[in-house]
Amino acid sequence: MKERPMSQFMQVLLSGLATGSIYALAAIGFTLVWQAAQTVNFAQGEFVMLPAFFVLAAMSLLGLPLWGALIVGMIVAVIVLGLLFKKLIVEPILPQGGITLIIATMALGILLKESVKEFYSAEAQPFPSVFPGDHVEIMGAVLSLQDIFNLVLCLAIVVALTLFLNRTRTGRCMQATAQNPAVAEILGVDVKRMILYTFLINAALAAVASFLITPIYLAKFSNGETLGMIAFIAAIVGGFNQIRGALVGGLLIGVLDNMTAAYVTAEYRAALPLVLLIVIILVRPQGLLGTAEGRAV
Amino acid sequence: MSTPVLSVRGIEKRFGGIQAVGGVSFDVDKGEILGLIGPNGSGKSTLFNCILGQLKPDGGAVTVKGRDVSGMRASELNRLGVGRTFQQLSVFPKMTVLDNIILAGQEHHGTMLSRLFGPGDAGLTEEAEKMIAFFRLGHLRDTLAGSLSYGQQKLVDAAMAFMAGPDLVLLDEPAGGVNLTMLANLKDRLTAYNAEHGTTFVVIEHNMEFVMSLCTRIIVLAEGRVIAEGRPEEIRANQTVIDAYLGG
Amino acid sequence: MGSRMRVLSVLVLLALALVAPLGHGNYIVYVLTSWLIFAIAAMGLNLTLGYAGQISLAQASFMAIGAYATALLTLAGWHWVLAMPLGLVLCFIVGLLLGYPALRVKGHFLAFVTLAFNTLVFLVLRNEDWLTGGSYGLVGMPRPDFGLFQTMKQLHFYYFTLGITVLAALVMWGIVRSPWGRAFKALRENPIRAESLGVDTRRITLLAFAIGSVYGGLAGSLITPLVQFIEPGSFNLAHSLRILLMVVVGGAGYFFGPFIGAGVVILLPEMLRFTEGYYLIIYSALVIVMLIFVPSGLIGIGARLRDRLRPRREVRADMHEGARLQ
Repeated sequence: MKERPMSQFMQVLLSGLATGSIYALAAIGFTLVWQAAQTVNFAQGEFVMLPAFFVLAAMSLLGLPLWGALIVGMIVAVIVLGLLFKKLIVEPILPQGGITLIIATMALGILLKESVKEFYSAEAQPFPSVFPGDHVEIMGAVLSLQDIFNLVLCLAIVVALTLFLNRTRTGRCMQATAQNPAVAEILGVDVKRMILYTFLINAALAAVASFLITPIYLAKFSNGETLGMIAFIAAIVGGFNQIRGALVGGLLIGVLDNMTAAYVTAEYRAALPLVLLIVIILVRPQGLLGTAEGRAV
Repeated sequence: MSTPVLSVRGIEKRFGGIQAVGGVSFDVDKGEILGLIGPNGSGKSTLFNCILGQLKPDGGAVTVKGRDVSGMRASELNRLGVGRTFQQLSVFPKMTVLDNIILAGQEHHGTMLSRLFGPGDAGLTEEAEKMIAFFRLGHLRDTLAGSLSYGQQKLVDAAMAFMAGPDLVLLDEPAGGVNLTMLANLKDRLTAYNAEHGTTFVVIEHNMEFVMSLCTRIIVLAEGRVIAEGRPEEIRANQTVIDAYLGG
Repeated sequence: MGSRMRVLSVLVLLALALVAPLGHGNYIVYVLTSWLIFAIAAMGLNLTLGYAGQISLAQASFMAIGAYATALLTLAGWHWVLAMPLGLVLCFIVGLLLGYPALRVKGHFLAFVTLAFNTLVFLVLRNEDWLTGGSYGLVGMPRPDFGLFQTMKQLHFYYFTLGITVLAALVMWGIVRSPWGRAFKALRENPIRAESLGVDTRRITLLAFAIGSVYGGLAGSLITPLVQFIEPGSFNLAHSLRILLMVVVGGAGYFFGPFIGAGVVILLPEMLRFTEGYYLIIYSALVIVMLIFVPSGLIGIGARLRDRLRPRREVRADMHEGARLQ
């Protein structure tokens, strides 16, 4: 009988890691845009809420099957939340100052949220998951195939992104832009384009996170609040200096959230990440993996 | 021999593989006007920033009036009695000249609370007007600092640096981009201030004329090291210095 | 604007405020009172954001602290005049505790800390029902009674609130006119130069945040007797955002910005009832457009128009200039 608590623990842990890996995608995108484009995107949560609705709309309005709708959703997300966001909002406002831009993204978040509520639905909508509800047993813990898929996919994306940033020329140009745009420009890097890529990558990451997390949360206009908060906390707790920081932050929050729900009170489930944020800023503001100075993509 | 106002000992600073400053030492005594010159890349700015606490040196120490200032915040350094001027963006553009100068002095008057509950000018209007008169800016007293000419802004910048009565003032390329007439005025005022108050200056400059006529002593840097030191006329004739500027 | 003109226009505004509720029904008077209260909260946030340049997303939770403290104490029999200051002290202390670590580091960490704090406060208010009544809230708080002057009636309470608002505005004016105000202006125009002149930017920013939070608490302590029913949902993140937008729309860093901003956010929806659900969509879109073209808010737009029509030599104009949100 000793096995049960252990297997329950494994279940909570692995399931938490799976959800956490999705959070990590949102946190990584957020970090990238902050570091490389000096944009603190307070609408990041809505960026993760919205693509799911693009998919639902594609399915109901255009009659597309799931896979078609996902592709359409991704394309629309990258265009709207990447390209248009950069051109229509960030570019005009960034010269006015960082704070003005932050406030503009807050307004954008409200705009996106209320638009979905008004033009699509205020009710939570079911969102299809990519995998059927099959289960698998690992070390006595029962895991859904979806969870495993999420974890594997997200980690694969993180690895691919890291390789892209470190091993390809474009990726290294993006890193240079993040560290010192003036010097990068002198060295011949197309800084404007690198920044554009950052926004496009963030949009893509947010879209993937959206497609994976919405089956769990259900598609609701208000998802952005929670998802945004999680992305911020994961990014800050993990540390801004590396992608790894956001990854660790996301996984940590996913696991902690699950643990709190399973073992501690449900009422204060949401409180743990918040307390964690405040403690980290108090004790180690550079985050768990961050270094005290300097920043890197 | 009293404690030098500024003492720089063995300052070293590396950026990646580049040794920007490699072992610089000198003292500055009260009342001196020291000029720091050198060709581009000689490490002047790096050294300057180490003295100001903006950069942490990899080796060596900087002491002001006997106190180690490494890692000090700018406001702490200012309260210790160090003032500075800036190359660019040195004034508060939407405040009047008078307000700029009152601000420069108010943090050295009274306490936080007295600044909250006391008079709006912290009692400094008279003193500020004296400073404005000294720099011959009286006609610009109520003009927004942002609408002043570049040269006039430099004068305001200097006035601000002096307002708190510092023992040491670090001037960052004060002559840069200033026209000849204004330059003469600036030099005249700086010399007069030094004569009247005995304040120590350290000046980084590219403008040779300006430095040679203003400073009492000159230190020449090249490739992160001191290559010459002495009075202006000595430096002018120094072959090593001439080579450093002309050579590779 | 000469200072005589300024005093005159303030008196005119005051006269308008005195006359505004007369002849109207209770509901309108209630809305006007609400406007004054949120103007106080926005004034506080304006100090934090417009003058000291920090984003706080917790103004509603400071309102909550003020509101609940006042409610619990007045329900226990204390007079409002004694309950309210305790709420203010509590807000000041919490503001210092919250702001100190967040402002030690560079970057916009205060925004995230206040974001987390607001949600935490909401959770505590909702869960600790033994103290706060939980989701059911607290009800039946009395309106303050000053013997000769009673505030039970909506109109009387309005004048009471107006009096408090004027006092709060005078205190804020005192802060802004003092050397502190000059230091704030320096902080937002050229923070590096300000530091180099001895301005302890960290300390004044922290104090601005703490004082701003106290104003939030004051607003909260007025909400309690106004509505006589408070529950956690009235103080959640959406409300903090609302107050933030009030400051921005009115004009951050301008003295009267908060009044205009609060007016827009509270009075406009009442007037644009027909837009119903679309109101927030239009509003947030307009805010974005405004931030692109005139980030200095409605007062900024007004200032630009005035400059267009009457270009004058700028004499002592520094007191009229607002912030540029850096």
